[in-house]
Amino acid sequence: MGEGTLLALGSILWVTLLLVLPLLVMVALAFAQSGAYGEIRWHFTLGNFRRLAGFSVLDGSWSPDTLLILLRSVWVAGVTTLLCVALSYPLAFFIASRSRLTRAVLLGLVIVPFCTNLVVRTLGWRVLLEWAGLYPGPFAVFVGMVTSELPFALLPIYAVVERLDWSLVEAAHDLYASRTRVFLHAILPQTLPGLAAAAILTFIPAMGAFVVPDLLGGAKYWLVGNLIQQQFGVSRNLPFGAAVSLALLVLTLAGLFLLRRHRKEGEP
Amino acid sequence: MTQGRGELQVEGVSKSFGDTPVLREVGMAVGGGEFVTLVGPSGCGKTTLIRIVAGLELADAGRVLLSGQDITALPANRRPVNTVFQDYALFPHLSVFENVAFGLRSRRVPPPEVSRRVAAALELLQLGELARRHPHQLSGGQKQRVALARALVNEPELLLLDEPMSALDAKLRAEVRLELRRLQRELGKAFLLVTHDQDEAMTVSDRIFVMHAGRIEQFGPPAEVYEHPTSRFVAEFLGAANLLRGKATDGGVETALGRLVTRSRPTWQDGTLAIRPERIRIVPQAPAANGVRGRIREAVYCGDHVDLFVEPGPLRIRADPSSPVRVGDEVWLELPPEHLEVLRD
Repeated sequence: MGEGTLLALGSILWVTLLLVLPLLVMVALAFAQSGAYGEIRWHFTLGNFRRLAGFSVLDGSWSPDTLLILLRSVWVAGVTTLLCVALSYPLAFFIASRSRLTRAVLLGLVIVPFCTNLVVRTLGWRVLLEWAGLYPGPFAVFVGMVTSELPFALLPIYAVVERLDWSLVEAAHDLYASRTRVFLHAILPQTLPGLAAAAILTFIPAMGAFVVPDLLGGAKYWLVGNLIQQQFGVSRNLPFGAAVSLALLVLTLAGLFLLRRHRKEGEP
Repeated sequence: MTQGRGELQVEGVSKSFGDTPVLREVGMAVGGGEFVTLVGPSGCGKTTLIRIVAGLELADAGRVLLSGQDITALPANRRPVNTVFQDYALFPHLSVFENVAFGLRSRRVPPPEVSRRVAAALELLQLGELARRHPHQLSGGQKQRVALARALVNEPELLLLDEPMSALDAKLRAEVRLELRRLQRELGKAFLLVTHDQDEAMTVSDRIFVMHAGRIEQFGPPAEVYEHPTSRFVAEFLGAANLLRGKATDGGVETALGRLVTRSRPTWQDGTLAIRPERIRIVPQAPAANGVRGRIREAVYCGDHVDLFVEPGPLRIRADPSSPVRVGDEVWLELPPEHLEVLRD
């Protein structure tokens, strides 16, 4: 056994212990049954997935509720991602064009709410939105989601905007380009990596969010995160919670896969 | 005065960045079909001046005229001028073909004409086979040719070149100089080049403008500026020069080397004279005028020539490597009056 293999062994061990094993446990759990008192019974079943697909455990009747929650999660995460990226893009240019000191202050302002506790911040929004008559409901959820994910979108975009090669912009001007052409050929291609990173960093946590929809949706706008939290919390149905988590994982990976494929196509 | 296509006139242009003046009432001109170079050390304002001509920077004062039209306030994308940028600034996501086509597409030239003109430009710069490559697949020299093709395809009235060879290695640079000169003659277009490299300036240009501290220090054909520098800065910036302090007297200038006869009469009482190292001759006996007796203190072999350092002075002399003089030899030197320049400072 070479020295390299030995060194790699440490990382392999850690990854196995902290990532692969828990994932395997989760997969196994998703096919187990839950007892009357929340204990896990290791009897193989597809019941959790049947329930996920909307079939009642009691009488086998079908309702779209669970699927609706999953679809809504994808929708909310997708819209949140779009809004965050769309808001961050001009903001990044605005901040990058300021003087050194102003830049530091503005970036600080973006990061400060990030350092406060999510629950406290979300409750703060609840007070504000309630006062404005916008709580509870989907709008309040979107406000909460966008404000909590914004720094994740802004920072990677800001990083590419700050290092933008402006000589390309000058070259485009020199070659008679209109504003649209300058943007499309001299600015956008340079910022694409930042946009992709921003989308990924926003989409993943948005898919798993449960505090914001719980506190701002008024228990009426559930997302998959809430469903999972409920299974591991109040309901104590760990196997079903694992099945929903697995579904979330698959959906998120599918989202990332689509993004990657889209990026590859966009590249030369 | 009638003005031809591509004729550039810069009149009294000033520019400051914050409190720092970069250009102080600069005037210069490029004739139609002329290859002009702005040369000077970094920070002399040459890049700012070319950017003002390109429209990438606005002058605080003064006018810029192209082919007789006042273009001072015209934005870059409406000036009939194109630029080859220092780092080429090729669009990385576009192929060579699309990079070259960019300006034509911006101006909505019909696609068949775009294809024809881009093909011709690629042909001109021997880039035909690289049309489908992307910039990251090109060598430095190839990128430079793409940048040239991208500018020339638009048939600009004036082509601006901002230090276009600074990213190339020395050998390639020498080749590109020749190619650039040939291209300019072939196209008969006005070229305005900016460089800090005096060799580059002298080898390619019809005329050079030497810039220093935001002003044009001296201009003219390269040989004239080199042979007859009018200021200490020009004498020392272009090539090497021996500078001699002196006082004006009847019929000459009194210096540490004795009384010397100069090419022109000095206009000052105290001032400086300059002579190029290759103009000082080692002669067998005392010459009729401007003779100096000296001792070779040091000899530096440089391949195609030898640099000799002579006391008194020290005077720097450029001699043939086959010259029989050795370190320690006493020699007679002649500083020919026709090569002894009176500087204005």
